[in-house]
Amino acid sequence: MTKVSSRNGSIAFKIFAYTLCILLTILSIFPFLIMFINATRSTYEIQQSAVTLIPGTDLLNNFDVYTGKTFNPFQGFVNSMIISIGATALNIYFSTLTAYALVAYNWRARGAFFSIIMGVMMIPAQVTSIGFYQFMYQIGMVNNFLALILPAMAAPATVFFMRQYMVANLPMDLLEAARIDGSREFSTFNRIVLPIMKPAMATQAIFSFVGNWNALFLPLILLTNNSNYTMPIMVSLLKGDIYKTEYGAVYLGLSLTVLPLFVVYFLLSKYIIAGVALGGVKG
Amino acid sequence: MKRRKRLSYAKYGYMFSIPFVVAFLLFSLYPTLYTMVIGFMGAKGLDTAMWTSLDNPFQNYITILTNKSFQQSIGNTLWIWMMNFIPQILLALLLTAWFTTRRTKLKGQGFFKVIFYMPNIITAATIAILFSTFFGYPMGPVNDLIVRFGFVDSPINFIIDKTVSQVIVAFIQFWMWYGYTMLILISGVLGISPDIFEAADIDGANTFQQFFGITLPNIRTILIYTLVTSLIGGLNMFDIPRLYLNGGPAGSTTTASLFIYNQAFAGSYMYGRASAASMIMFVIIVLASLLLFWLMRDKDEVAQNKMMKQNRKAQALADKTAGGRGLL
Repeated sequence: MTKVSSRNGSIAFKIFAYTLCILLTILSIFPFLIMFINATRSTYEIQQSAVTLIPGTDLLNNFDVYTGKTFNPFQGFVNSMIISIGATALNIYFSTLTAYALVAYNWRARGAFFSIIMGVMMIPAQVTSIGFYQFMYQIGMVNNFLALILPAMAAPATVFFMRQYMVANLPMDLLEAARIDGSREFSTFNRIVLPIMKPAMATQAIFSFVGNWNALFLPLILLTNNSNYTMPIMVSLLKGDIYKTEYGAVYLGLSLTVLPLFVVYFLLSKYIIAGVALGGVKG
Repeated sequence: MKRRKRLSYAKYGYMFSIPFVVAFLLFSLYPTLYTMVIGFMGAKGLDTAMWTSLDNPFQNYITILTNKSFQQSIGNTLWIWMMNFIPQILLALLLTAWFTTRRTKLKGQGFFKVIFYMPNIITAATIAILFSTFFGYPMGPVNDLIVRFGFVDSPINFIIDKTVSQVIVAFIQFWMWYGYTMLILISGVLGISPDIFEAADIDGANTFQQFFGITLPNIRTILIYTLVTSLIGGLNMFDIPRLYLNGGPAGSTTTASLFIYNQAFAGSYMYGRASAASMIMFVIIVLASLLLFWLMRDKDEVAQNKMMKQNRKAQALADKTAGGRGLL
């Protein structure tokens, strides 16, 4: 008797749980689906009915709308690539190097240095943006990508993550062995430590890249030339008046910015999901 | 494991930290201090030669703190954050409970995780504009759907209603972040020793009792971590409110970040005031992260650290007497 009722309960639970999960799945996918479909439809069609599952034939017409206007998805793509790759490379390399300094060597300021890193980890760059902007303005770095790339050398949260990973995964005996073989410290780091850190570096690289790719605030205040605009700034142009009556073009523009992220996400989703979980336990 | 290194290697610790330290001093510490200084100046306009010192150095702070728009923006920020965080943590907890229960295994968990987390990696700027297009009047997709399915007779002009706009901004944040929060909580629950659950099974505790009696208390630290990091992120909310309705209607979605941006970068060049407002946000965020570290200080861990410190001291003493050097 109890077995039957618990079984019924289990079935009821499953129906309820799957229903909610499927609804949430629709909620996640539907907005993007509508966006992609409307990108292929003309503004007139969209005004007649904004929601349909049947694609239209106006993809290229929608694209023509951009000709001669400031919204340039290819320029945005290239600029975002330069900044994101540059910042990610510096972030990963120097964070690992800093973590190595914290783990492999015993120096007097080490404890204090690590405490400072922990202390500033949570402080977002946004709240000090006025000073940062003024500083960049005075040294002529406004509209210079380096102003967005170089600060990535000091990323406390990445250092923290790398340190945790290194403490657990880097055998100190290996470093001793390298020393006995006559390897110099810096080359030990590059030849022996970096390969061991690869999994952690890959995880952090994905998040750093996506974070830089999506960033709006600092690029928005620093990059004022059309030719320097990153993807999110390009997207923000779609909000402007010229596109107010060009729905098809707006949807297409949004789709073009989402597409690269979709490709990256679905190729790497396994690592990304695992990476999020790892980041959570760091606290 | 006792690690022993000769003293001469210590210099590499300093050397390898130099790039980080230099970048940190230049791009983080200096801008922070500079923002602080500008906050005490009559800094208006791009040309620093025009900046003046103030008779009362706290003039900007007084102006900002008594400014109705700033007060409103702080209120908006907290209100929108709460409307997003409370449903977000509840849904994330529910899904966590479902995905980690050992009684009934739900299939397709991997798929659901990937899909629920997806909105989080999409550019917030894109999502804000996508939603502002969705809620268009009179013929946005949302209006199209609710009219077609007969929920309403005529399209609703969503973007002129203050409360509706705040709810939509909060909903977008919720939609972007509940998957992330769920993943974090699941990893927390998976970290709990299975022995505890087995013992509870033997004692005859049901699923609800186990969730409230074991799971929740054991992920307390992670819940606090989620709360504080979400609060800090929420205090900096910028992309969505800026691009959804640019803070409107009537300033109802102007967050603190957007207020600061508007003071400094939207053509009015009020750097002094914007810096003062930034510093107020800075202090709030520092207090929030201090609270995090204080709350996350596990009592057991504190006791353990104390013991380790004593051990280390004893070790150092032993090493000293042996002519060596006590190391971590």
